[in-house]
Amino acid sequence: MLSAAASPFSRALKESALATLIVAGLAFPIIAFRADPDFNNLLELSARWPLFLAFCALGFGLRFLLSLWESRPKAALALAQATTGKQRKWLAPAALAALVAYPLLILALLGPQAALKWVDTFGVQILLYVLLGWGLNITVGLAGLLDLGYVAFYAVGAYGYALLAPLTGLSFWALLPVCGLLAAFWGFCIGFPVLRLRGDYLAIVTLAFGEMLRIVAVNWDAVTKGEAGLYGFPGLTFFGLPFIPGPRGFAAHFGVAFAGVHKLIFLYYLVLAIALLANFVSIRLRRLPLGRAWEALREDEIACRALGLDTAKIKLTAFALGAFFAGVAGCLFALRQGFVSPSSFTFTESATILAIVVLGGGGSQFGVAMAAALIVGSSELLRELTFLKAIFGENFDPTQYRMLLVGIAMVAMMNFRPRGLVSMRQPTITLGPEPEARS
Amino acid sequence: MTGFAWIDDPLLRVDRVTMRFGGLTAVNDVSFSVGRGDITALIGPNGAGKTTLFNCLTGFYKPTVGRIAFSPKGGLDDDRIDELTATARRNSNDGGEDLYLLERMADFEIAKKARIARTFQNIRLFSGMSALENLIVAQHIALTPASGYGVFGLIGLPSYRRAESEAVERAKKWLERIGLRRRADDPAGALPYGDQRRLEIARAMCANPALLCLDEPAAGLNANESHGLATLLREIRGESGVSILLIEHDMAVVMAISDHVVVLDYGQKIADGSPLEVRENPAVIAAYLGVEDEELGPAEAELTAETKP
Repeated sequence: MLSAAASPFSRALKESALATLIVAGLAFPIIAFRADPDFNNLLELSARWPLFLAFCALGFGLRFLLSLWESRPKAALALAQATTGKQRKWLAPAALAALVAYPLLILALLGPQAALKWVDTFGVQILLYVLLGWGLNITVGLAGLLDLGYVAFYAVGAYGYALLAPLTGLSFWALLPVCGLLAAFWGFCIGFPVLRLRGDYLAIVTLAFGEMLRIVAVNWDAVTKGEAGLYGFPGLTFFGLPFIPGPRGFAAHFGVAFAGVHKLIFLYYLVLAIALLANFVSIRLRRLPLGRAWEALREDEIACRALGLDTAKIKLTAFALGAFFAGVAGCLFALRQGFVSPSSFTFTESATILAIVVLGGGGSQFGVAMAAALIVGSSELLRELTFLKAIFGENFDPTQYRMLLVGIAMVAMMNFRPRGLVSMRQPTITLGPEPEARS
Repeated sequence: MTGFAWIDDPLLRVDRVTMRFGGLTAVNDVSFSVGRGDITALIGPNGAGKTTLFNCLTGFYKPTVGRIAFSPKGGLDDDRIDELTATARRNSNDGGEDLYLLERMADFEIAKKARIARTFQNIRLFSGMSALENLIVAQHIALTPASGYGVFGLIGLPSYRRAESEAVERAKKWLERIGLRRRADDPAGALPYGDQRRLEIARAMCANPALLCLDEPAAGLNANESHGLATLLREIRGESGVSILLIEHDMAVVMAISDHVVVLDYGQKIADGSPLEVRENPAVIAAYLGVEDEELGPAEAELTAETKP
């Protein structure tokens, strides 16, 4: 039995040695030496052996783990599957409880000043991306319509609030659905010309649409103030109580010391509530004729038409509803930021949201939420990894490696979970086993 | 009264239909009728234009020339067809029965309003969805108003839940019928080929059609499965009274179940009649076996022997 146990181990060692050799070969010219110009503009060669060795060790370690993972016994695999099935039952309530407790926990642990960053970037921001991911999931994950210009609808929502709030004097409660409807209207408008398109062609047209809207925002100075952006519009209030220091603010009314984090905590719960509502709507819709028609459309458009489904209407609703969510998210984004400019709505944003949907496994709500936390959270988390400076020297800036890590994560995904984090599609309705088995 | 439903009580009339793709004439001036309650077979060698004609009927192609009249309840009347043709409208129901001019309708409208359901030569199931879901999507037209166009369903009104459970019952009945009850929750794409063929037929039937169009339902099935398919089709017709139009290459199936056979060759109709008449038609035998006239005798004998039950 010893030889059977040792053989995968020694095989893994052999494979990782080979991998290390390859890494060393690649890293030697790229990483081991660095050429910097000195004051006389002459190149000065400096060796970086610790970094080089770190890369080699990383290559060795990863390949070793991978080899072991590949040769793991079947029984362990079955066990892993069994536990995930059991876990699924309490996963959702536990996740929800954690989400509700999160800002209060942070506040209690870190105090109002240090909690700001954690509630804002790791709370509100991630939730906004979750909301965006769920919205795009309707268009891309369920209906299978590849939309590369999704950020345009996000921008419509943000600009909608920034422009309408001072103009109409309405509160954000009233403007939230208005922003959603505005974006849905644009979703409808973009839906029409692309009804006949699929796949690559649809992607190109939506990509162009996203850029068009951004360029309009850049150039329409009279309304959007161009690159300078819009600011000074009414901010978030707690049912009429503004989050300001002084006698008429939220803090004074409830007799607590003023802290900037109050507004963010309220925004956090607001976004959480809206995201949960969006989730509820998505899950319900999936079980309705419309949602099933979306999925059928993704599977086979011609078969849909042969069954009498009006694919044009079905596509338009998918576009419009996906856009609605983005519009609402945009409105919340404007509230969070207090400042709206075209630079927030570049193609990179669309790509990030799409990456969230793809990484999450198209069509899965939970997977999308996890992917949003992973992509947005991890890139923000890198800013916090200051301890790495102790290893790589004072000049090491972990944020510069963000894209590299996202890239590695993507490659790893495509290797291990090519259909997304949660790739098992659950049927929207089941019959279960035959009645004989049940009684 | 001739005793032939396609003459006495037609529900579909294809009238001088021609379909050209650029310089290629795929269907050339074809006319025939489909009788209500009949199983009508459309046969012909490869490339004869059968599937093209099917696509014209179901709206996936617009015929270059020609008229296709359809009345779900049968009893097509030439005067009413001419009357409707003179107008710009697509359908009329002033004479009591609904009458549709299919060449003026979009594909999904034909399925939705005229209630013509079809299957495809290369199976087109929603392969990622479960077998049950496939059958429920097929009932979309009936379920959508019941779901209040999404609104009632979203808030979970009982009226929608009732409609949905009816749809599930119907789907369950069909799954039991085709022997797939056990695999109801499996993805359709994971089913064996023969099961997929039958599931596609069940899906078309769940749309509650007046005319069921099957494009080579027995393709890729073994002799045993083909026989089961023939039985299934005869039963479906017997129970629901649906009219069936099928393209088929398996002569055993065609001769065993059809009441009426239409033969196409090079885009033209070369024969039209009862299976017996068609089987003995020399033009059909020549088209099928591509033999010289002097060899017709043995070939005919072979064909007859092969198709005997």
